[in-house]
Amino acid sequence: MTTLQPASPPNAQARGRLAVFNPTIARITARALFGRLRFLLLLPLPVLVVGLAVLTEIAGVRTSDWVDVVVLGLGLTVVLPVLALIIGNGVLGTEIDDGTLAHVLAKPLPRREIILSKLAVAVGVTTVATGVPLALTGLIAGSSRLAVGLAVGSFVGSLAYCAFFAALSLLTRRPVLVGLAYILIWETLLQSILDGTRVLSIYQYVRTVVDRVADSELVSSNLSLAVALSMTFIFTVGFTLLAIDRLRSFAVVGETS
Amino acid sequence: MSTLTVPAGSAGESLGSVAPTASGSPGTGSVVELRGVTKWYGNVVAVNDITMTLGPGITGLLGPNGAGKTTVLHMMAGFLPPSRGEVLVGGQPAWRNPSVYSGLGIMVEREAVHGFLSGWEFVLASAKLHRLRNPEAAARRAIELVDMVEPMHRRMSTYSKGMRQRMRVAAALVHDPAVLLLDEPFNGMDPRQRLHMMDLLHAMGDAGRTVLFSSHILEEVEQISGTVQVIVAGRLAASGDFRTIRRLMTHRPHVFTIRSSDDRRLAVALMGLASVAGVDIDPKGGLTVRASDYGTFTRELPKIALAEQIRVQRLVPADESLESVFSYLVGA
Repeated sequence: MTTLQPASPPNAQARGRLAVFNPTIARITARALFGRLRFLLLLPLPVLVVGLAVLTEIAGVRTSDWVDVVVLGLGLTVVLPVLALIIGNGVLGTEIDDGTLAHVLAKPLPRREIILSKLAVAVGVTTVATGVPLALTGLIAGSSRLAVGLAVGSFVGSLAYCAFFAALSLLTRRPVLVGLAYILIWETLLQSILDGTRVLSIYQYVRTVVDRVADSELVSSNLSLAVALSMTFIFTVGFTLLAIDRLRSFAVVGETS
Repeated sequence: MSTLTVPAGSAGESLGSVAPTASGSPGTGSVVELRGVTKWYGNVVAVNDITMTLGPGITGLLGPNGAGKTTVLHMMAGFLPPSRGEVLVGGQPAWRNPSVYSGLGIMVEREAVHGFLSGWEFVLASAKLHRLRNPEAAARRAIELVDMVEPMHRRMSTYSKGMRQRMRVAAALVHDPAVLLLDEPFNGMDPRQRLHMMDLLHAMGDAGRTVLFSSHILEEVEQISGTVQVIVAGRLAASGDFRTIRRLMTHRPHVFTIRSSDDRRLAVALMGLASVAGVDIDPKGGLTVRASDYGTFTRELPKIALAEQIRVQRLVPADESLESVFSYLVGA
């Protein structure tokens, strides 16, 4: 005969506090992220940025020229959003696709706690993966203030991009495709044609933050710092709240459905 | 004998009323309740106006593949909103209400686990996410219940399907829930593991837990007692005592094809059986036997063959499609 003993009761104190971060979720999310092969594909991008900076500097290209192309054109325009897309989608979208999210959903946890824990991992990983190589390029350009600016910009960009791309995982079945369309069509193509889209572009906020922190002639920007920061706040908080709400109504369907 | 009581507070604020009591005032027996529940996807109706109540004990949710079992289970688990009707767990709506999970354990059919976690890490994470006071002890106990202590430190990607199933069951019951929902729990288990699992589910049912499991294979649930709900094509086709249904299952008419060392002599002997309605002799060899009672016939055939010294080379049940079995049940 199988005997059953009651499990230990839940911790009443833990239950009562306002939970915003769950270390268990964060740990498993991070392990899943680093364990995925797709993640290794991201390494060449930051390496490419640093490598190009070194090569152009050695080749004697004018610093302002290669900063414009390598740091702003490649680093901030491509590497930061693409890494945030893969990582932001990786902490949530892949668990939706492979069905492992159901384990977390079947727990008496506020959905806020699940989203915030996963976003913390995504923002942390994206900030390190992009901030470190970009700061290195700042140092190669000979400006430690530019290095700090790029690191801060990477963090600000990670916040807004990760919140946006994580929310996309819950809003569409093709989050990577929609995310790429945002990066390539909205941020890159339309920005060069339509001036007005600037206020709705995370890239512009990042560029503005980098410009103000670095206080360098190598970077210029078109938005005021107040606009850039408040828009980043609105993007981050708005998409985080949207993700939390979508997760509350997330439908887990069976394989045959 | 197992005694199981819901520890104070473990059922959570919302499920306090679920905890089964010995006295049990009338009307508190139902723990999971579906009231006129319909679910459609686009213009496909997956579940059609189902009303059922589950009380403490073990209940089987049976039906052929695609009948809507998973949809029903997912609605009970708060994973899907009903398109119409109400799904209540412990008197509370299951949808958009994470607090129900403190008294509810779920194992979904989709076998998705992080393969990099060991079984121990997986069950322990579940215990921690339930905010149990002593997650290690709870995880240990759950793993012992499913008999997976020995391989628990191996990565789950190295497990067989049956082992993974058992670890997932352990994770589902780590918080000793008042309600346990299991979608196809016997999938991939060998007969010994299946018996062990049934034993465990019975123990939980006997202890006043509400246990619901789904299955599309009638034979694999023959040892289960309790009640069953049969779903066919999205509708509740039959519900009631399992023994009645099981009797219908074993006494259902059936057709077999047999090859033996002496077909004609075997045919004569079989015609003498009350459970045989007719025998056809195939000129090319072999017999087609129409049995009026599946259970009796399969028990008596070996005795006859032995007495007549006839070697049965092949016995193939014809028409073994689940749909035919279920439609027979529905018609009965």
